[in-house]
Amino acid sequence: MSFEIALGLGQTALELGLLCSLTVFALFLSYSMLNVCDLSTDGCFTLGAAVGASVAIMGHPYLSVVAAMAAGMMSGFVTAFLQTRMGVDSLLAGIIVNTGLYSVNVAVMGGSSLLNMNTTETVFTITKEMLKGTTAEPYYKLIVALVAVTSVILFLTFFLNTKLGLAIRATGNNLDMVRSSSINPVFTTTVGLCIANVFTGLSGCLLAQSQKSCDINIGTGMLTIALASLLIGGTFIGKGGIFLRAVGVALGSVIFRVVYTIALRFDMPAYMLKLVSSVIVVIAISAPYLKRQIPLIRRRLEETRKRG
Amino acid sequence: MLKIDHISKTFNPGTVNEKQALRDVSLELKKGDFVTIIGSNGAGKSTLFNAIAGSFFTDAGSIFLDGKDITFKPDHFRAKQIGRLFQDPMKGSAHGMTIEENLALAAGKGGWLSRVGKTEKKEFRERLALLDMGLEDRMKQPVGLLSGGQRQALTLMMATMMPPKLLLLDEHTAALDPATADKVLELTKRIVAESDITCLMVTHNMSQALELGNKTIMMDHGRIVLEIEGEERRDMTIDGLLKLFREKTSKELDNDRILLSE
Repeated sequence: MSFEIALGLGQTALELGLLCSLTVFALFLSYSMLNVCDLSTDGCFTLGAAVGASVAIMGHPYLSVVAAMAAGMMSGFVTAFLQTRMGVDSLLAGIIVNTGLYSVNVAVMGGSSLLNMNTTETVFTITKEMLKGTTAEPYYKLIVALVAVTSVILFLTFFLNTKLGLAIRATGNNLDMVRSSSINPVFTTTVGLCIANVFTGLSGCLLAQSQKSCDINIGTGMLTIALASLLIGGTFIGKGGIFLRAVGVALGSVIFRVVYTIALRFDMPAYMLKLVSSVIVVIAISAPYLKRQIPLIRRRLEETRKRG
Repeated sequence: MLKIDHISKTFNPGTVNEKQALRDVSLELKKGDFVTIIGSNGAGKSTLFNAIAGSFFTDAGSIFLDGKDITFKPDHFRAKQIGRLFQDPMKGSAHGMTIEENLALAAGKGGWLSRVGKTEKKEFRERLALLDMGLEDRMKQPVGLLSGGQRQALTLMMATMMPPKLLLLDEHTAALDPATADKVLELTKRIVAESDITCLMVTHNMSQALELGNKTIMMDHGRIVLEIEGEERRDMTIDGLLKLFREKTSKELDNDRILLSE
């Protein structure tokens, strides 16, 4: 493999990793902080992509990003509303919203399951135009992704240390405490899920626009991929302040994409991505559990050996 | 101050597990009262606290705090005025967050988007130093690393940082070793006296129940069976209390967990 190709692949992995890390930030907020497993992620990701694509095709490149984020927020609100006000179990609420979003997404895409943005003006084409002639031109996707990721990291670092942010973290950490202090867990859960889904929507929007197409299946498996990235990030930087952990989240997402790209080079078919991400999630979640079992298994083996 | 007016609560009504946890309970506290509550397991002490704090809504009766009807107010609303400590030291603070973050959450100053400033951090340090547990040098550590006694002391500090109108102490020293329990109790007495907080405390220690505060009530089967204060309480002994209990309920106080003396 020549150096140029490797560099090119590295850049693609970095771009994809950063764009998808926005969804990982959503899980960082909902799964790690709020302790809610938001199963609507796949649908919300597609919603962001669909809204972003539709609005961009209408001729509003900047508005498309805002609209995708707003759509994500609404989706998050519905998920939160179902679990806090309607007595629907939190996992179930996510699944229900996810299923419902499929119809919404097709409707947003005007009844079609594929939108083409080859000639559409997006934040990516605008950035490319701006950088025309400079050495940075080939990196326009990377630059847009970096700007988005940096903004989200800075926002999270600020937000999770405000009183509301602390209250959201406490809601996920000790619900008993939250109930007996003057924090309304309904409010914190709702705000947390809304913000998390803003990131998911943004992620979907930017990924679709960078690929210049939006497919109805663009979000399928995103939750597992994002979870895998989150857990990988956690093994590298799991402790420390919010800023460090958020950087770890982005790192985890990029590492996941790099590993995946390398695997593809070794002739792994592209359709294996989802199986690989599932296996990574299983390993990352079960490894600590299995590790705890090892001393017991070892002792049992020794005992049986002693007894012959 | 606090007025509980004929409240009742039945759990699982209409089933085999039906339990009348509170039966027509009425109680009135004046500002600055420190009331100790005794009674065997299942007498309704914790249920009474849950009713006051709003963990559930009562089936009948009403509850007033400072003249305002709070009968149908949700728990997080009441929590602005009612502080609460549980027997389990793990319940009162968020284990994954640092001491500083927990205190910031309890400080209650500023709007939702406010952050803790330098002056507040300094104040936290000073207050933590008063606990005399060395916590002021561990502000950046997660609360999960603290011992039960340290966590309970921290919870007490958090619950009283914005002095509540009413403080509910649900056997908050029962899970601690004797030395730590004494220390937390001393802290409680000091803080309650300093901020002139009205206080209800459940205890299983009868001598403690008579020693602390200015009023003692005894509960049995969801009812308040005994209420003593003033001179009668001053002259009361543990034996006398047991005798009164027998007279009121026509049975022995038969619970192992009741401690008759220190």
